[in-house]
Amino acid sequence: MGILKGVYRWLDHRLGIWAALRPTLLHPVPRKVNWWYVLGSAALFAFVFQVITGVALAFSYVPSPDAAYDSLVFITDEATLGSVVRGIHYWGASAMVVLVTAHMIHVFLTGSYKYPRELNWLTGVLLLALTLAMAFTGQLLRWNQDAYWGLVVAAQQAGRAPLIGDLLVQLLVAGQTVGGATLTRFYATHVFLLPALMFLLIGTHVYLVLRHGVSEPPVPGEPVDPATYEERYEEILRTDGVPFWPGSAWRDVIFALAVGAVVVAAAVLVGPAELGVRADPTNVDAYPRPDWYFLWYFALLALIPPATETWVILGFPLVVGIVLLALPFLSNKGERSPRRRPWAVGIVGVSGLGVAVLLWAGLRAPWSPVVPPPELPPQVTEGLTGTSRQGAALFQQEACISCHRIAGRGGEYGPDLTHVADRLSREQMTWRILYGGGGMPAYGATLSPAETQALLDFLQTRRGP
Amino acid sequence: MRDLEERLMSRRDLLSGMILGLLGLAGAVVSVPILAYLLSPLLRPADQEWRDIGAVDDFEIGRTVLVTFGEPSPLPWAGQTANTAAWVRRTGQTSFTAFAVNCTHLGCPVNWQEDAELFLCPCHGGVYYLDGNVAGGPPPRRLWEHELRIVDGRLQILTRPLQVA
Repeated sequence: MGILKGVYRWLDHRLGIWAALRPTLLHPVPRKVNWWYVLGSAALFAFVFQVITGVALAFSYVPSPDAAYDSLVFITDEATLGSVVRGIHYWGASAMVVLVTAHMIHVFLTGSYKYPRELNWLTGVLLLALTLAMAFTGQLLRWNQDAYWGLVVAAQQAGRAPLIGDLLVQLLVAGQTVGGATLTRFYATHVFLLPALMFLLIGTHVYLVLRHGVSEPPVPGEPVDPATYEERYEEILRTDGVPFWPGSAWRDVIFALAVGAVVVAAAVLVGPAELGVRADPTNVDAYPRPDWYFLWYFALLALIPPATETWVILGFPLVVGIVLLALPFLSNKGERSPRRRPWAVGIVGVSGLGVAVLLWAGLRAPWSPVVPPPELPPQVTEGLTGTSRQGAALFQQEACISCHRIAGRGGEYGPDLTHVADRLSREQMTWRILYGGGGMPAYGATLSPAETQALLDFLQTRRGP
Repeated sequence: MRDLEERLMSRRDLLSGMILGLLGLAGAVVSVPILAYLLSPLLRPADQEWRDIGAVDDFEIGRTVLVTFGEPSPLPWAGQTANTAAWVRRTGQTSFTAFAVNCTHLGCPVNWQEDAELFLCPCHGGVYYLDGNVAGGPPPRRLWEHELRIVDGRLQILTRPLQVA
């Protein structure tokens, strides 16, 4: 014990560890700081976890289009506990997106971004953007069909930008097409560029937290006044403050450990993201979908009218970014408590509900035709004879079922036709089939008159009880 | 005394200005090759090449098939991405059409439905007729076409860069 103490004393004298750490560890925080304040530190823990597992993955991952997928198969199936490491990195990414978002919502609802913490908020907004950029570039590194076609979709969106669209596309995919130069570009971005920026911004963010102190839980009726705020905050720390370590840090540690336990449990029990099918531009059996954190945005783009699309693709990220960056300057004083800020609560509620609904829609994706066309359920076809039987076969062959559902089978892009004969007359159906309209193709040139009649005979059998 | 201090200050200002200027210049010089290297995809000319996709008689009149062919000048490690695909239809003795596989909406691969004679996009339900015209859904324009030519009884297709609506 004596030797250890001696070594510590020697090191501390030469390095000045305690002198450097002391102000950080023991900085006073308001005693009333509660469990909601653990979100930011947990996001930091998750980031550190991501760095460690990311470095581990980089030991085996080969960032080359001809080998990336195989190296991931190796990591997942053959490397010792490789699937767990990939799993932690995958679930850790989800945890980071959730924690950073939740942290931001808490800061917004409690008005903690107001004077003098405007720059805490701004660096936080940039960190959210970087976290999402990490999530996006990370899922591309799987180099499977989702990654390849997802990249094509991203390039198409970037290409909608006026004037610089083509340039953006070429910069994004590193050339004229998604090819040999594309993957290394995203790899370097994901493992060097973005993490370096994040280290820099996290450092600044934490430094600012120490500089301005952890915001006190808001009290209704005690608005922020830039003229007096700092004096009052000092007073709170003096009269009712505790050193961060260990008086407040224990909550952060417990919560971070809980998050870590959930992430590791998910990595072991559920495992990493499916690798799916290898990226192949010549394989058109692809239905690219983003990971869940972008699924709501994917749904938004699917559900808005096509005419507004370019505006939303370009405008939505721009408007959200500008609003978030401008927020602490538009409202940097006044009430902090959510009880006195119904608009803040309303905005969070409406946005949260919107994202949840879109996420749910994105999971179901009812706008996607079912390709290849599935077969009709047997209870629909049994008992059919003659032309109506022929019509049922045509309903599948002509891909009607890809967009129209009957008795629970088929796509949902067009109306459900389970009881169509109750709604539409034979003439109305004929018109729609032959001339199409809206999302419906015109089948006039494809179907012979006999086939049209057979199809109509079949549809006429579709009546409710 | 005060005079001297001011003179000394201006000398310091000059010195720090020179140091910062020198560092800035060095930074600017070094960033030229780095930026040029990173932006090189923009500096490369768009490459288009004719690719052989088979004998004319390998294609049946009135049928649409998926053909695959090489991209122009792929990198040696491009793997599968050195190739691309197109939907080719023989419309007559010597007439062909070829469509890029990308939906004009957001680029997802369209799927040919032989019986229905439609291209279906699995992403947002874009639908095209066999001639590439929009049949329904969100696509803003018809399918992009590849140029084709026949040389000595062989069908050749002209590659094209990733298209953006």
